[in-house]
Amino acid sequence: MSNVSANSEYVSYLDHQGKYKGIMSWIMATDHKRIALLYMYSIMTFFIIGVVLGIMMKLEMLTPGETIMKAKMYNSVFTLHGILMIFMVVIPGLSAVFGNFFLPIHIGAKDVSFPKLNRFSWWIFVVGSIMAVLSQVLKDGPPDTGWTFYAPYSTTTSSNVIMATAAAFVLGFSSILTGLNFIVTIHQLRAPGMKFFNMPLFPWALYATAWIQLLATPVIGITLLMLIAERAFHIGFFDPALGGDPLLFQHLFWIYSHPAVYVMMLPAMGVITEIIPTFCQRQIYGYKAVAVSSLAIAGVGFLVWGHHMYTSGMSDTARWFFSLLTFIVAVPSAIKVFNWITTMYKGSIDVKPPFLYALAFIFLFIIGGTTGLLLGSVATNVQVHDTSFVVAHFHYIIFGGMGFAFFAAIHYWLPKMYGKMYDFKMANIGLVINFIGFNLLYFPQFIIGIQGMPRRYFDYPAKFQPAQLVSSIGGFILVTGLIIMIYTLVKGARKGAPAPANPWRGSTLEWQIPSPPSVENFDEEPVIKENPYDYK
Amino acid sequence: MANNTTHTIEYQSLSKTLLILLFLTFVTISIASVQLGAFTLAVALLIACVKSFIVLSHFMHLKYESLLLRILVAMVFVLFALIVAITFIDYAFR
Repeated sequence: MSNVSANSEYVSYLDHQGKYKGIMSWIMATDHKRIALLYMYSIMTFFIIGVVLGIMMKLEMLTPGETIMKAKMYNSVFTLHGILMIFMVVIPGLSAVFGNFFLPIHIGAKDVSFPKLNRFSWWIFVVGSIMAVLSQVLKDGPPDTGWTFYAPYSTTTSSNVIMATAAAFVLGFSSILTGLNFIVTIHQLRAPGMKFFNMPLFPWALYATAWIQLLATPVIGITLLMLIAERAFHIGFFDPALGGDPLLFQHLFWIYSHPAVYVMMLPAMGVITEIIPTFCQRQIYGYKAVAVSSLAIAGVGFLVWGHHMYTSGMSDTARWFFSLLTFIVAVPSAIKVFNWITTMYKGSIDVKPPFLYALAFIFLFIIGGTTGLLLGSVATNVQVHDTSFVVAHFHYIIFGGMGFAFFAAIHYWLPKMYGKMYDFKMANIGLVINFIGFNLLYFPQFIIGIQGMPRRYFDYPAKFQPAQLVSSIGGFILVTGLIIMIYTLVKGARKGAPAPANPWRGSTLEWQIPSPPSVENFDEEPVIKENPYDYK
Repeated sequence: MANNTTHTIEYQSLSKTLLILLFLTFVTISIASVQLGAFTLAVALLIACVKSFIVLSHFMHLKYESLLLRILVAMVFVLFALIVAITFIDYAFR
């Protein structure tokens, strides 16, 4: 597909010694690959903390009433779990880690357009993360609002809402700057001959994501500033007692936070779109449809936020209008699923861990997506709103979707990132345990949600205990799978057998350069000749 | 594929743009004291839109950029308008 010359004086980006030594060579790094790893280590740290908090919730839910913590503590635990997982793991996750690492390589560039800005984005991410952690330990106590900070409660609670929202505000800047960097990089740094419709589909997904990051994130920033202004100066934006409108908060919050779901999901879809052609050794079915569907999801996804507010007192006209738009946004998502499955048809399928994780993603994403249609319909939504049905749907999309796509991506690209292979058998064991644990953890929540189990309650009637027990057991199984997976990957990255340049017989540009890549990725600018998925 | 062309705008042209912007600012301030009723806000926003357009096209060089970039920037404003309009579907019919 391309003409890429080997680097005659090859030094891996991991071994390269620049101006700074030791830990400073990482903190001061401007190489997009090192910054990607910095994001990955940070995000994995927060992910592990988030999992521990999740397990604490599952322990609490083992029995009705107080099991290991009091109600207020439970509120704080699910709030911190949400803040960590949403703002510090899943929103930056795929885009900041694999986007940073592979976007420049996929388009034949040496780095992103603004490497120092890229480093600055990570620094801001760290500062925002520290602020989020501080919000849990400062004297007023951890916030108890949930990650949505809904007004008017968030304007009156005595907990540490200002620090937590300020943290989200700062983290938003990191997201905006990363999005800006990616948009400029894709416009300016594509290798000669690589037109938009010659790009691999992961950069397409990142491009659509970057526009959302750039345009939607300022809205949450302004909203959180308004919330802080209301708490600090009693300016009546949201509290009816001050002449404000609590629904305005919900509108503004979801104008960002629904598109943010696509900040999480679009790169996930991009990862799956890379993995399937490679392991089927087939041209992706409907390249242009998949590429344009990313833009369609980003565009329509901006206009569906109101489906989070059906029961909040919004006008009936707005409710049916948002419902209509919600069903429309399902179409481009379905296009992707159909194209992935059609690509597999008659392919030479090589069943390796990345492909199996991609299959798991599709299975879980379909469940998450179709239950999303139930929530998109006003009539059914009002029945299950704020029940554990929503929790299950949300986790099937975010964890089953973005999470499993992240796992697929790390299994796919680890040989390129570290130049080492991992143990396939152990990876497959981890996958099976993760898959079983995940479904046991979340599927029962669909059932008890329909039966009326509210979300965010630390107590419940005895009739829900069998399902809660199964769900908690699923949580413990999932954690076991995660431990096996992380152990396998860390062991592989440290002591695995050397990885060849192209272990999966992939056709995109990252597989045409050494594993791990050199600092500047390519010795010369690669010349792009044909489409990125040419497996003839 | 990189589009690294630069555009140098003469100081005279920039000065003219600045004067127009200052004039429009003066109009915005002046019109605040004129009783236009419901149209007060609309007129102020209209002038602000004209000023934004001038800043984007001249100071931010959009006038000299490719059609694709101009369309992308236009789409951002279309999106913004849509979001505001859809929000008001709630408020107008509540």
